[in-house]
Amino acid sequence: MSVNQQAHTGPPYGRPQPGYQGYQQPAYGGQPLPGVPQLQYGAYNGPMPGYQQPAPPQGSLRAPSTSGAPPPASGASLPSGHLTYSPFGQGDVQNGIPASAAAVQRPPASQPYLPGSAPMPVSQTPTFQQYGPPPASVQQLSNHMAGMTIGSVAASAPPPAGLGYGPPTSVPPVSGSFSTTGSGLYTPYTASQGPPPTSVSQSLPLAQPPFPGAPRPPTMPGPPLPGQTVAGPPTTQPNHVSSPPPPSAMSGPQPGPPMSGLHGPPPPTHPPQPGYQMQQNGSFGQVRGPQANYGGTYPGTPNYGSQPGPPPPPKRLDPDSIPSPQLNELPPQQKPRHRIDPDAIPSPIQVIEDDRSNCGSEPFVTGVRGQVPPLVTTDFLVKDQGNASPRYIRCTSYNIPCTSDMAKQSQVPLAAVIKPLATLRPEETLPYLVDHGESGPVRCNRCKAYMCPFMQFIEGGRRFQCCFCSCVTEVPPHYFQHLDHTGKRVDFYDRPELSLGSYEFLATVDYCKNNKFPSPPAFIFMIDVSYNAVKSGLVRLICEELKSLLDYLPREGNMEESAIRVGFVTYNKVLHFYNVKSSLAQPQMMVVSDVADMFVPLLDGFLVNVNESRTVIASLLDQIPEMFADTRETETVFAPVIQAGLEALKAAECAGKLFIFHTSLPIAEAPGKLKNRDDKKLINTDKEKTLFQPQTSFYNNLAKDCVAQGCCVDLFLFPNQYLDVATLGVVTYQTGGSIYKYAYFQLETDQDRFLNDLRRDVQKEVGFDAVMRVRTSTGIRATDFFGAFYMSNTTDVEMAGLDCDKTITVEFKHDDKLSEDSGALLQCALLYTSCAGQRRLRIHNLSLNCCTQLADLYRNCETDTLINYLAKYAYRGVLSSPVKTVRDALVNQCAQILACYRKNCASPSSAGQLILPECMKLLPVYLNCVLKSDVLQPGLEVTTDDRAYIRQLVTSMDVAETNVFFYPRLLPLTKADVDSDSLPAAIRNSEERLSKGDIYLLENGLNIFVWVGVNVQQGLIQNLFGVSSFSQISNGLSTLPVLENPFSKKVRSIIDMLQMQRSRYMKLIIVKQEDKLEMLFKHFLVEDKSLSGGASYVDFLCHMHKEIRQLLS
Amino acid sequence: MATYLEFIQQNEERDGVRFSWNVWPSSRLEATRMVVPLACLLTPLKERLDLPPVQYEPVLCSRPTCKAVLNPLCQVDYRAKLWACNFCFQRNQFPPAYAGISEVNQPAELMPQFSTIEYIVQRGPQMPLIFLYVVDTCLEEEDLQALKESLQMSLSLLPADALVGLITFGRMIQVHELSCEGISKSFVFRGTKDLTAKQIQDMLGLSRPAVPIQQGRPLQAPEQPVISSRFLQPVHKVDMNLTDLLGELQRDPWPVTQGKRPLRSTGVALSIAVGLLEGTFPNTGARIMLFTGGPPTQGPGMVVGDELKMPIRSWHDIEKDNARFMKKATKHYETLANRAAANGHCIDIYACALDQTGLLEMKCCANLTGGHMVMGDSFNTSLFKQTFQRVFNKGFNGEFRMAFGACLDVKTSRELKIAGAIGPCISLNAKGPCVSESELGIGGTSQWKICSLDPSTTLAIYFEVVNQHNAPIPQGGRGAVQFVTQYQHSSTQKRIHVTTIARNWADAQSQLQHIEAAFDQEAAAVLMARLGVYRAESEEGPDVLRWLDRQLIRLCQKFGQYSKDDPNSFRLSESFSLYPQFMFHLRRSPFLQVFNNSPDESSYYRHHFARQDLTQSLIMIQPILYAYSFHGPPEPVLLDSSSILPDRILLMDTFFQIVIYLGETIAQWQKAGYQEMPEYENFKHLLQAPLDDAQEILQTRFPMPRYIHTEHGGSQARFLLSKVNPSQTHNNLYAWGQESGAPILTDDVSLQVFMDHLKKLAVSSAA
Repeated sequence: MSVNQQAHTGPPYGRPQPGYQGYQQPAYGGQPLPGVPQLQYGAYNGPMPGYQQPAPPQGSLRAPSTSGAPPPASGASLPSGHLTYSPFGQGDVQNGIPASAAAVQRPPASQPYLPGSAPMPVSQTPTFQQYGPPPASVQQLSNHMAGMTIGSVAASAPPPAGLGYGPPTSVPPVSGSFSTTGSGLYTPYTASQGPPPTSVSQSLPLAQPPFPGAPRPPTMPGPPLPGQTVAGPPTTQPNHVSSPPPPSAMSGPQPGPPMSGLHGPPPPTHPPQPGYQMQQNGSFGQVRGPQANYGGTYPGTPNYGSQPGPPPPPKRLDPDSIPSPQLNELPPQQKPRHRIDPDAIPSPIQVIEDDRSNCGSEPFVTGVRGQVPPLVTTDFLVKDQGNASPRYIRCTSYNIPCTSDMAKQSQVPLAAVIKPLATLRPEETLPYLVDHGESGPVRCNRCKAYMCPFMQFIEGGRRFQCCFCSCVTEVPPHYFQHLDHTGKRVDFYDRPELSLGSYEFLATVDYCKNNKFPSPPAFIFMIDVSYNAVKSGLVRLICEELKSLLDYLPREGNMEESAIRVGFVTYNKVLHFYNVKSSLAQPQMMVVSDVADMFVPLLDGFLVNVNESRTVIASLLDQIPEMFADTRETETVFAPVIQAGLEALKAAECAGKLFIFHTSLPIAEAPGKLKNRDDKKLINTDKEKTLFQPQTSFYNNLAKDCVAQGCCVDLFLFPNQYLDVATLGVVTYQTGGSIYKYAYFQLETDQDRFLNDLRRDVQKEVGFDAVMRVRTSTGIRATDFFGAFYMSNTTDVEMAGLDCDKTITVEFKHDDKLSEDSGALLQCALLYTSCAGQRRLRIHNLSLNCCTQLADLYRNCETDTLINYLAKYAYRGVLSSPVKTVRDALVNQCAQILACYRKNCASPSSAGQLILPECMKLLPVYLNCVLKSDVLQPGLEVTTDDRAYIRQLVTSMDVAETNVFFYPRLLPLTKADVDSDSLPAAIRNSEERLSKGDIYLLENGLNIFVWVGVNVQQGLIQNLFGVSSFSQISNGLSTLPVLENPFSKKVRSIIDMLQMQRSRYMKLIIVKQEDKLEMLFKHFLVEDKSLSGGASYVDFLCHMHKEIRQLLS
Repeated sequence: MATYLEFIQQNEERDGVRFSWNVWPSSRLEATRMVVPLACLLTPLKERLDLPPVQYEPVLCSRPTCKAVLNPLCQVDYRAKLWACNFCFQRNQFPPAYAGISEVNQPAELMPQFSTIEYIVQRGPQMPLIFLYVVDTCLEEEDLQALKESLQMSLSLLPADALVGLITFGRMIQVHELSCEGISKSFVFRGTKDLTAKQIQDMLGLSRPAVPIQQGRPLQAPEQPVISSRFLQPVHKVDMNLTDLLGELQRDPWPVTQGKRPLRSTGVALSIAVGLLEGTFPNTGARIMLFTGGPPTQGPGMVVGDELKMPIRSWHDIEKDNARFMKKATKHYETLANRAAANGHCIDIYACALDQTGLLEMKCCANLTGGHMVMGDSFNTSLFKQTFQRVFNKGFNGEFRMAFGACLDVKTSRELKIAGAIGPCISLNAKGPCVSESELGIGGTSQWKICSLDPSTTLAIYFEVVNQHNAPIPQGGRGAVQFVTQYQHSSTQKRIHVTTIARNWADAQSQLQHIEAAFDQEAAAVLMARLGVYRAESEEGPDVLRWLDRQLIRLCQKFGQYSKDDPNSFRLSESFSLYPQFMFHLRRSPFLQVFNNSPDESSYYRHHFARQDLTQSLIMIQPILYAYSFHGPPEPVLLDSSSILPDRILLMDTFFQIVIYLGETIAQWQKAGYQEMPEYENFKHLLQAPLDDAQEILQTRFPMPRYIHTEHGGSQARFLLSKVNPSQTHNNLYAWGQESGAPILTDDVSLQVFMDHLKKLAVSSAA
């Protein structure tokens, strides 16, 4: 991917990087890429120096080296900038490194396992060799730093890694990245790194070059070095406040010299280039993208391209093998340069890419117990053969420790992220509906688990033994079937409940409220018609939209028309109900002003069938905007609105959903009246948590009533100021509804987004009046739940409404021992009312392995899911604890997880080495993203409402959503192939990866930014924006003009495609480089240091390493 | 010399006043001994063809406590342009406009024939009439349809500029907004919660002058509060809308399960109606017209629960103190009635249902505000339809026979004080020098408010003679009373109606015969009956009867001529002769007897008795019976079982019912179809005659009576049989010969027995 490019930019940025912020600008502005880069390089190189030598050749590649000279300069400057860093880097680094691991923490960066070597080989043995030596040193350095063996274990684990390593495969990446570890690695590493080093050094400095490498986790080699460097990396250090002292000086000088030195060599680079490439290749076979950029600068590019191929093969996965000693040895030398090459540290992009290429082509077959599914970012097909699709359930680990001691030791949370009504790919079959007749689904007598593929039939099929509690139950006569010679029922394949992981049962009347089959649900649209809403054109917009939208209410299967009835309410200080009975010529409005004691004024004609009352509804929707056109009422009520909807559903004896369109803080005299309590001064105090808590318990009680009735509340907010989302959202949250927020709603800019959200929200598949219970094998138990729901006891998750986007995260704890033989089973049973009013049970089963070796646990983890859990856990934590405590706890837990791995699973190595499990190598970067998120570390421009909004949003996100939310997707649009459907390869979220000659797209599930560099070719600007120059692009643009040229079409189709993938329509924001809005954009470059104090990836990695080392010692 | 009868009649025609005594006993002591109090029946707006209102304002006595109106009894000094008030003797200057008066150029109010005069006040804003319909929707489909039609029809009867509003209720209450085009809007309230006036006004958005939707009322003066009258619109603007709205009115949609009554929030509906008017048009004539088809079953003012197995309270329950909702409900409606009355709004109740509808609890709404109370079996009957239509009848001068917001101020000369009033009014608590300490009826005031009145509305006003025995009034002295009624005429004008009367004083010892001769036994009977009925509302039935009996006996003792202990010697003069008979029938009347009547019916009867004029009241006390036969022209006959003869057709008018009863023979003839035969055309005419007469009564009376056509042996003959004096019963059948009438199966005493007892007691020295 973009790596190369990044590299490029890197340089320029690189420099800037040091300065970071400063960076960009300078970089951009000035530079002729070449020049700058060099400089930058130089800077980086600085650290590298030691390496350089070895690397030099490669360095030369870096051409980088060119920078050599400059680097120093920059380096110097940088240092200053980074003073803090340096302290760290130096202090720590030095200490760490030299002192050796213990002391030093940061450095860890680390190492690629073999991969490094692997790649190397591939690329060019010779070079390698050459590097070899250098590498050693380098490595050493790195080691010193703290050899970070990233994912060493993993590496080992992922045999594939070997392959993977080959940068190409995803697996490899892992190992690849880390490979470094072993001395052996080293060698390879060195070899590779050798070059890398150079590259590394360069890369670090350059950033970019490294990137390429970095991205390719495989390149690990690079990383190690970088790692060290990293440690050094002032950048990081800054974050880590801790190390202070000399650094600046250190770094400064160090870089300087080395850099130069390096550079010097680099120039020669040419030779190195190959090496470089190699490395890069190793990392990224694909470097391609980058190459382009490089192209100009570095001849290397081409090589890259080619290189890719080679690298892969070479990888070795022996993270463990990485000789720490060497590292140690090296350290001294390296010490001076502590910077970590960002390219050398695990790259999410690379991991994603690798997984995609590994798993994307083959369907994922669920027949095997404890099988880890592909990443959420990979587009794969699922074949249900007895376990639920990962679209329904994902676990943090597919191999559960047998004992609670092990679980406690590892600190890896055992959790499942369940999305019971998830949307499947069209090629996949929906769960079959099974009808067991009047007696209802067959269940275990004791634990009431539902019949599933894991139940064991015995005694010739007359009884079955429960797979959860082992209780033996008689098979009901009508369900009896003979067993075949293997003990399987003869009808095994005829019955979904015996052969599939997910299926549905038709519920009998016993499963219904009041022992009565439910009526079809209802949708009630409740529109704020106060002054603000009317004036902004919102009311008219909603009414217009509803006219057509009502034809798209969710339908069940093949039904002709939707069974859902609709009703309408408008409100300001009072509520207006509408009678839209089909027999009326005109709708009738009924005003209820007794908001203190809400009731529904009519029975008949409020909830109607859309087709029958079509004309009356149309007339109503025509008239609503007129009726309130002159309103001067600015006050609104809120709780009574919900109460009204609730009462209406009660009166109609059905479940349903309220769509509330609301604009302001409800200050009118009524129950649930709120006051403005927004206070930014509370941030970072012990009282900060109150900002997330509801003002009054009134809404909690209301929510309880809503849940009891199956009244789900969806909230569309259009605030112009604080409206207390934390309180207003309580009911929505607890009833399983969704909140949509459009701050400063303006018709022109927000209309599309709102309407798309509304359409999707109205049309999406939804169940009502749902109760979910998760049953597990004896030995573990579901103990904690996260998501939008209400719980009246400790086991049942109740949701008034549950749509296809809502996710519940469930945490499990041991209450006994598990056995490796029988594994652990989960059964999630969801009882709900379908949109046609049918009562159903949806069952998802999942079998997991159990282990007695921690290594097995670490080998079967899923970082994305883990992050999903950790984020939700933390976001809930802010309700009760100061944010700082929550952050610390998060860091601590992750450190423990990683430390446990290091201690128990990784082969012995220098303490200075950071060794990450293959499956968790992205944990630090993702964790950092969580820590930097608006909820846990608000920026200045983030409002209290935003935080509350996001907090609630995240709580019901699935893994794919949290993944992109915390680590946004950054796509170089200018690299897109206009002739294919594919997306351009993503690049890492760092400013140094941006080239000011390109246009990028960044999306996080809520927003899409299109970033336009200052130096973008006019032709592209003309094609995309229809204006002739950069300066003519108007600020704050929020749409792209529809232009008939391939580039414009491509970009728009990419945006459309992304919009399709997300459950919400994202807000499009066009950002010009160096424009005010860029601040906003930069906030999402999560690998960089954030303005609000969030650490950069590199810094954080060092910090984690320090934490781990502390734990280990 | 005209007889007293003529005098009384003249006075009644001219002034609308009937006094129990037309010569007044001159001292307090003597007055008390007269037994029947000095009192009068006043019909303030009695229609007079010959009384055109004068277009100026009255001249008032300048003494602040008096303010009597200049009248023919005043002494006038034409030279000095002074006049002396005949009540307080204050000397007053005539206003400048009267500069030209002289003996020959008198203003109307000084002419003797204008003892009653009506002034038109030109000042102040003219407010349109307001009609607020409060409609129950918990009705059977047929009933609702009929009611809707009646209401729609009524729109055409209203004055074009009248404001009209609509509130419907069932389980909930809807206040319909009439101003909007297109979509029909209503404010909805739930029926279980009582709201204060303030809350109601807030909720209806009346508390602040929102966007003034000026409804083309250019007459409104600046001081007139600008009120959003979304709920009350001029008929001419909204009649189309309102007609549609009424047309679309549906039955209350909430399901009524088996064994339940529909939930009907009458109490809150009324409360909202009152609150609405209170907030928008205080002190302006307005009618709240409540149409209800059953008892209130929820919320404040509920009269019975919604469980059908719990029947609505009966007299029996009330006596046993078993009517659990009654007191609370009554209190609720009383509060409402008082609020409405205070603002000059009246409440009509049109209750049509087979069972009771809670009139007992709600009666005060109509009673205190002068509203109508109509009780029927169904809205789909001509009784209701005609009655309702008649509310909007116009008088001979083309004006509605209704007036609003009247304030009756009574002034008396010094020897008299005011003891109280009984009628559709409330006290204004105006304590003045002429207010007596002792109360009869609604006392303690000299002013009453009558929120709605029509030309027949009649109040009984009781006085007390306070002149001490030892301070004789000079021979030929006259006592005077002035009734000043300010009201809003149906033409929206403010008017002042002044009646000044004077009667001679007489010394009861020396001139008893004068006093006796000037006794108006009809008026006295009605006045005593009103007192009795008034007491019956608060006391146990038997106590009232005993009280009435004692009064009667005392009266007989005082004015009868007899020898002690010799009943046979007892005689009453002509001016008293009918009085005992009235009392006899009064005792049997539904006003005092609750047996066989539901509490609602009793309330209904009493309501009408307390407001009708003397003639109607007498009919109520002693129904009129006419006989039609071949033996001569129709003639009134005794209300006696002996009048029931086979060859007669009887027409009985009890005010509430018109009964046509065919004697046995006549009925047989009719069955045989003789009336169809040309040769028996006279029989046809005979059959037709009572029908025509009945029709005439039906046409004019308000409320329209129940029309009963029955015959000998018919089940409905009970209406007749229960009213006639049971002179022949199964007990004395043989004593009276077989051919002379129809025996009544009853243990009630007959008039003869009653009289015998009366005589015995009257002459008894023991009494």
